[in-house]
Amino acid sequence: MTVLLAATAAGLFGIGTYLVLQRKLSRIIIGIALLSHGANVLMVGSGRRGRAPIVGSGDAESLADPLPQALALTSIVISFGVTALLLALAYRSWLLTSDDEVQDDLEDERIAHRGAPDDDLAGSDELAEIEGDPTGEEVEP
Amino acid sequence: MTALVTLPILLPLVGAALSILFGRSRRVQRTIALSTLTAVLGMAVALLVEVDRHGPVSVQAGGWPAPVGITLIADRFSAIMLVVASVMLLSVLVYAIGQPGAERNHVGFQSIYLVLAAGVAAAFLTGDLFNLFVSIEMMLTASYVLITLGGRLEQVRSGMTYIVISLLASVLFVAMLAFVYASTGTVNMADLAGKVGDLPPGLRSALAVLMLVVFGIKAAIFPLFFWLPDSYPTAPSPVTAIFAGLLTKVGVYAIIRTQTLLFPADSRPTTLLLVLAGATMLVGVLGAIAQGDVKRILSFQIVSHIGYMIMGLGLFTVGGLAAAVLYTVHHIVAKTGLFLSGGLIEHAGGSSRLTRLGGMVRTAPVLAVLFLVPALSLIGLPPFSGFVAKFALVDAASERSSYGVMAVALVVSLLTMYSLMKIWISVFWSPATEPAPAGAAGRDRAAEPLGGPLLMVAPTVVLAALTVAIGLAAGPLYDLSLRAAADLLEPSAYLEVVRG
Repeated sequence: MTVLLAATAAGLFGIGTYLVLQRKLSRIIIGIALLSHGANVLMVGSGRRGRAPIVGSGDAESLADPLPQALALTSIVISFGVTALLLALAYRSWLLTSDDEVQDDLEDERIAHRGAPDDDLAGSDELAEIEGDPTGEEVEP
Repeated sequence: MTALVTLPILLPLVGAALSILFGRSRRVQRTIALSTLTAVLGMAVALLVEVDRHGPVSVQAGGWPAPVGITLIADRFSAIMLVVASVMLLSVLVYAIGQPGAERNHVGFQSIYLVLAAGVAAAFLTGDLFNLFVSIEMMLTASYVLITLGGRLEQVRSGMTYIVISLLASVLFVAMLAFVYASTGTVNMADLAGKVGDLPPGLRSALAVLMLVVFGIKAAIFPLFFWLPDSYPTAPSPVTAIFAGLLTKVGVYAIIRTQTLLFPADSRPTTLLLVLAGATMLVGVLGAIAQGDVKRILSFQIVSHIGYMIMGLGLFTVGGLAAAVLYTVHHIVAKTGLFLSGGLIEHAGGSSRLTRLGGMVRTAPVLAVLFLVPALSLIGLPPFSGFVAKFALVDAASERSSYGVMAVALVVSLLTMYSLMKIWISVFWSPATEPAPAGAAGRDRAAEPLGGPLLMVAPTVVLAALTVAIGLAAGPLYDLSLRAAADLLEPSAYLEVVRG
């Protein structure tokens, strides 16, 4: 595997990881796309280098290994389809909340607060936020 | 015989295509889906009988020889999984047809469900690491659509987390495949079995850990489980039931398959797997205890019970693996049954929150029994399937003197009982502490003496009966699991069939 391909994959993984850690779904989607590009570059780089693998164009030893290229092609198609689905989901989220921020698990926060003493909860802004959650359910006593 | 290996994958895909063509008529769509899955079940049973009698069956798709072509192979373990999966797919489909609601009437529901079925079957039958990736993707992509089919805010929120996490696992999967191919020059599992052993130990452990992480995310083992209890409960009940029954178990299957087949016997990560198993059991059940919603409690328990299967694998003995196989079968049946009856509770009570449900033992006595049977089975009381599976597991652990993980398994059983009885008591016995939401209480009880429509109750009854039947017919089933486990630890027949 060439150093250039490895460095490209590493760079794509680095940028992708940074973007995936953001809260906006649109950035996460770009991050996922970059990550899968990184994985695909890694895949292409895993085979032997050489000339274009066309049957009859020279002896087999000088040709590139076609198998990882076929595998990478398959995984590109899969990630294309899933990215389209994610974009549709981001659009749906934007239609519903005019935002595409990935939210926390509200039920989880509610349970975390249930154990806290009432005094701590009384003045907490967070609780008000949870109480005003879109499902309209109240905090359990 | 070779058709039995390919048709369980091809038939559902053909059915999915036909189902789109007949999109105007729900009746035709349902007929197609039902007949396809019935046929798959028949073939799966035939395959299991054939494989158990005459050893593994393998097909080279497209006629290309083994290391290059795509290998499909069925051995005892994959045939057992296929049979159980087909039973679940069929009963949950009947349940979904019976359930009133908008989402099961969606024009795409039947076809997506069939694609999911094809993906699950392909994952069990493939003998090629890259093809495993494709089948898991097929299954997951179908699940992304099913989990967000309603397009409600809650579904979109949890669907995002679910899809992003699964995609990250897929990216890691592709990277893992690239490393495997770069170091060995093949992705065929039978071919890898010989070649991975020649790699330097450091590289071998790196590959093993990468595989464990990739499949660990899919199987929701500690510490990679956090996405599961967040996303599963928001989907409609039949969808949650089939996810709970099958999706994580495909991850478990992949872990068991890769850890036993690919890596040589002297470098098996016994301690790592046992520690992970113990942590998964404990964290899952503690999470379940804290919850206040039927579906969320059940979702956390999936995590907890994945730990038992990993524990069986971590022992790396014939007894341990046989227990893992048996436990997987038992858990798929009991858990799907629990989610189906959980869906019935939601249907009859109008909510799945424990505080809003109560006194249902009088209004829906059938449901009280239908929930209790799989619940007792999951806890591990005789004569249900859970008792046999847990007994086999504990027995295998004591044989290997792994008393630590054995103690954890027993304590977790007790905690499982606590969390399940919490559901049962507050739903069926004690009165509701909060008023039910408006509109839900006015359901006509006289019209539904069973607590729900017949088509919803019947599959739940079948699964409850099945968990009793597994418990009663434990002898032959355990022998079959023992044979499957022996195949897993000594895969010479498997390798021979693929290499030809």
